[in-house]
Amino acid sequence: MFRVQLRISIASALAYRANFVLEGLFSIAYSGLTLLPLIVVYGAHRSFNGWDFSSALVVMAYFTALQVILGGVVSPSMLDLVERVRNGSFDYVLLKPLDPQAMVSASRCRPWSIVDMLSPIAMAVYAFAHRGYPPSLGDLALGIALFMTGALTMYSLWIAGAALAFWVGRLDNLLYLLGAVFDTAKWPVAVFPGAWRIVFTFVIPVAMMTTFPAMALLGSLQPRQIVGSVAGSVAIFVASRLVWRAAIRSYTSASS
Amino acid sequence: MVRTLPMLLRVGMSETVAYRVEFLVWVLTATQPLVMMSLMTFIAREQSFDGHSAPDFVAYYLATLIVRHLTGSWVSWRLTQEIRMGTLAMRLLRPIHPFYAHLASQLAAIPLRAVIAVVLAAILLMTSGAATLPHDAVQLALAPMSIMLAWLISFSVYFTIGSLALFLTETVAIGTIYFSLFSLFSGYLMPLDMLPYPIETLAGWLPFKFMLAVPVTILTQDLSTTACVHLLGGQVVWVVITTALALWTWSHGIKRFEAVGN
Repeated sequence: MFRVQLRISIASALAYRANFVLEGLFSIAYSGLTLLPLIVVYGAHRSFNGWDFSSALVVMAYFTALQVILGGVVSPSMLDLVERVRNGSFDYVLLKPLDPQAMVSASRCRPWSIVDMLSPIAMAVYAFAHRGYPPSLGDLALGIALFMTGALTMYSLWIAGAALAFWVGRLDNLLYLLGAVFDTAKWPVAVFPGAWRIVFTFVIPVAMMTTFPAMALLGSLQPRQIVGSVAGSVAIFVASRLVWRAAIRSYTSASS
Repeated sequence: MVRTLPMLLRVGMSETVAYRVEFLVWVLTATQPLVMMSLMTFIAREQSFDGHSAPDFVAYYLATLIVRHLTGSWVSWRLTQEIRMGTLAMRLLRPIHPFYAHLASQLAAIPLRAVIAVVLAAILLMTSGAATLPHDAVQLALAPMSIMLAWLISFSVYFTIGSLALFLTETVAIGTIYFSLFSLFSGYLMPLDMLPYPIETLAGWLPFKFMLAVPVTILTQDLSTTACVHLLGGQVVWVVITTALALWTWSHGIKRFEAVGN
């Protein structure tokens, strides 16, 4: 059933091709643009609190990869959910004998955005070419595993944001706020002064999404941080699930 | 048209108050300058970075926030929603052009936005002191005008983006792309003179600079009156271009509108 939902959303996305051509064209220019701040900052400073250009580029690669997932699946689905709640068609989702969270999470996706994954991979490859050695197999596996948990963290934050939006009401733009905060994930947390670093590690787990996975790939992540990172993302996932359930329970239809 | 203005403003005002939580979230969305400020001041704490000292960065990003808060609007978001849900049909029944109606509605939000701007301005004065601000009285008098013009350009640009929903089914992607272009070329991310040479030149030819960097420059740098007038002149040109673009996009798109939704 979940697969059917996914297939329908892919089919409906394929129906609007103009959007993709536009997106494809821009995504190339776009990734170039996102790199500029990094180039400016590291153009003047070789290394910065233990992070040089190539290692910061790995963080940027993770950030871009997460953004592809965000823009390709998570964000469109969540915006679709907020809109459905607003106009009442969310009721039909709830009527289906399936977990609504699973249904909602894949309601919209842009299959073409998978192509966008090439640019973060290119960034990571370039970064390691610059460093002169490839990541060890273990680091690579850990880096990929932590990318998954990072994606899980991001997804959890977004689903919790969407749930809060219709729980509290009149907060349709909450997801935009999440997007703005997420933007800080393109920098390694170490480049921020003390207080911000704590906020971005523990309060808003930006570090868990990009900095820690990047450190894993670079082979500099402490075992303690690995455990914290995995446990943290599981905890956030569970918390978001609870928020979602509570929101559903208090949901009263907006339609007639 | 002018007679309807007070009423439209009153409606817009109460709309803003009714959606105050949403408004607050929009305000919080503008966190990027704060993040960049902490990053840049951290880099520049020992020696100046590209000719900018740490206090320069504080002043720059606070001025950026002031301008951003005063000139921002959520008209593209509103418009997209109206088009998507078909409520636009109701609006079309009214004898007022939507461009004008939205303009009034966004204008009405400015007093509330000004509250935030005043707080930011107070912080700016306290942290960087009057030393970083321009001394010329004429220039200071021109600053509000420049912000006003930046507001008009932003409004028209956002209105154009919102109108694109009449042509395309998904405008979220366009919004994202627009914002990243804006962040870079308007000086929202970092002062334009820090960008590599060809990009800095390119920024001069794009409208984004006139939406943010120009009023920020007038707020934070000592300029000659001629230079100020030049910058304002550029803004006026862009007001004309973007308004024409917004109205053109709208009038073409509206022909395709068939009131989908329930």
